Amino acid sequence: MTRLLAKPPRDRIDPGAVPSQRRKRVPRWAVALIVPIVIVALWEVGAVTGTISTRLIPAPSTIAATIGDLATGGDLLGHVVSTTTRVLAGFVLGALVATLLGAATGVSERFGTLFDPTLQALRNIPSIAWTPLFILWFGIFETSKVLMIALGVFFPVYLTFSGAIASVDRRLVEVGRVYGFGTTSMIRRILLPASLPTYVIGLRNGLGLGWMFVVAAEFLGASQGLGYLLVDGQQTGRPAVIIASIVMFALLGKVTDRLLSSAGARFTRWQDGFTREAIA
Amino acid sequence: MIEVAGVSKRFDSGLLAVSEVDLAVAASEIVAVIGPSGCGKSTVLRLIAGLESPTNGSVRVAGHRVEGPDRSVGVVFQEPRLMPWLTVERNVSFGLAQPDDGVTAEAIERVGLSAFARSLPKELSGGMAQRTAIARALVTKPPVLLLDEPFSALDAFTRIDLQEHLLEVWGWYRPTMFLVTHDIDEALVLADRVLVFSGQPGSIQAELILDLPRPRDRTDHAFHAFQDLAMEELGRSMQEAPPTLATFRPPVD
Repeated sequence: MTRLLAKPPRDRIDPGAVPSQRRKRVPRWAVALIVPIVIVALWEVGAVTGTISTRLIPAPSTIAATIGDLATGGDLLGHVVSTTTRVLAGFVLGALVATLLGAATGVSERFGTLFDPTLQALRNIPSIAWTPLFILWFGIFETSKVLMIALGVFFPVYLTFSGAIASVDRRLVEVGRVYGFGTTSMIRRILLPASLPTYVIGLRNGLGLGWMFVVAAEFLGASQGLGYLLVDGQQTGRPAVIIASIVMFALLGKVTDRLLSSAGARFTRWQDGFTREAIA
Repeated sequence: MIEVAGVSKRFDSGLLAVSEVDLAVAASEIVAVIGPSGCGKSTVLRLIAGLESPTNGSVRVAGHRVEGPDRSVGVVFQEPRLMPWLTVERNVSFGLAQPDDGVTAEAIERVGLSAFARSLPKELSGGMAQRTAIARALVTKPPVLLLDEPFSALDAFTRIDLQEHLLEVWGWYRPTMFLVTHDIDEALVLADRVLVFSGQPGSIQAELILDLPRPRDRTDHAFHAFQDLAMEELGRSMQEAPPTLATFRPPVD
């Protein structure tokens, strides 16, 4: 007892707390591929044996060949580039405005009271409903398309970011007050870093909606783009072209989301989240 | 160094948290405040920190009226309140107007965390996190250090360890310390003077002057005598104003 008081143990990180050696396992990406590969294989077998009618549902090999044809002779790259450019332009514009407004309404109570109710009301209009108006205002060319996409991106980014800032732990904000931080330092050094993880999720949602809206925009009078390819495939009765563009959308959506989330991961490594192995 | 004169604080909810408090803390003195929970002792600390403003009376630090938070006053809260995205090092230098690696490293060394300077808060134990918070408060060498139940969330051993650490840190440049605690022993080990608060509203009920040399031996007779005295006063303060459901409401902020 007396000895414990004279020399209390120092707290320290338990050196035994290193994660236990796990067995060598199949890499994650390989596991992730199992389900799609099985589906494609069953589909191909069904098509070859005639169980599935290839007139409406072409075999995976036919779709792959179609993608190959489009790539070599059908300007697939041109379609991909124009669609991706529209999405990125709309995403950057929508996310930028959403970030500025979200920061303003999240940080300033007065600004929030003034603008947030209006934005919340506008949010309830399905963004696609704006399409006819946008076409009247901005024509059927790029401007209206990019603005449609930007509008789709705006709301999820705005809502998550504004909410994330407003819910930053007030005890951390108080630390800033103790050091006499002004509004700028408070935003830059406490509010923004604290809300970054949620902000990244908002951006990813926004990007997903961007891909959704580009299809709607390209349905309405485009001469190039994957959305145009969809309509073209329908009008010329070529289901393989439709499915080929759907596959391209899936690939592009996945790749851009992955880029965004790994860019975001750099800033959110500090989060003290649970690992799924710990609970399941 | 700290002068609180005739201070009352009424919150917007109508709750009178403290009433007519007068106290003074001399330079380099360590004063501890004990009292039942909800007696307004933390409110007094927040008033000195400039995080709240008094309804009546005046609060002065180093002769200047407190108008808001000031860099000459360091605060350690009950929770470490570290920025989870910054390393220990960056957390400690958080309050510096100009980042200064030498000063930061010294503060980290004072609390014995040099080996963990680059760790993130999620990798620290509760005691280490609170030491980081102490280093952050000390890095600017504020003449006044306010501690709001700084060790109450820690286990007994860590608490005793950190109390010793705090005294070492005090020996570094002898800041004026104002410590709010609900642990009688902690107050008696650390303080030159102990103020016993009673609520509600909070007011000073008794003052104990501890003329015991440091480091203090918790098994010493004189220490025990002070323990009994403090216990008795604390018991009285709770009797005089028992916090009942009808009168006790937490302050709304």
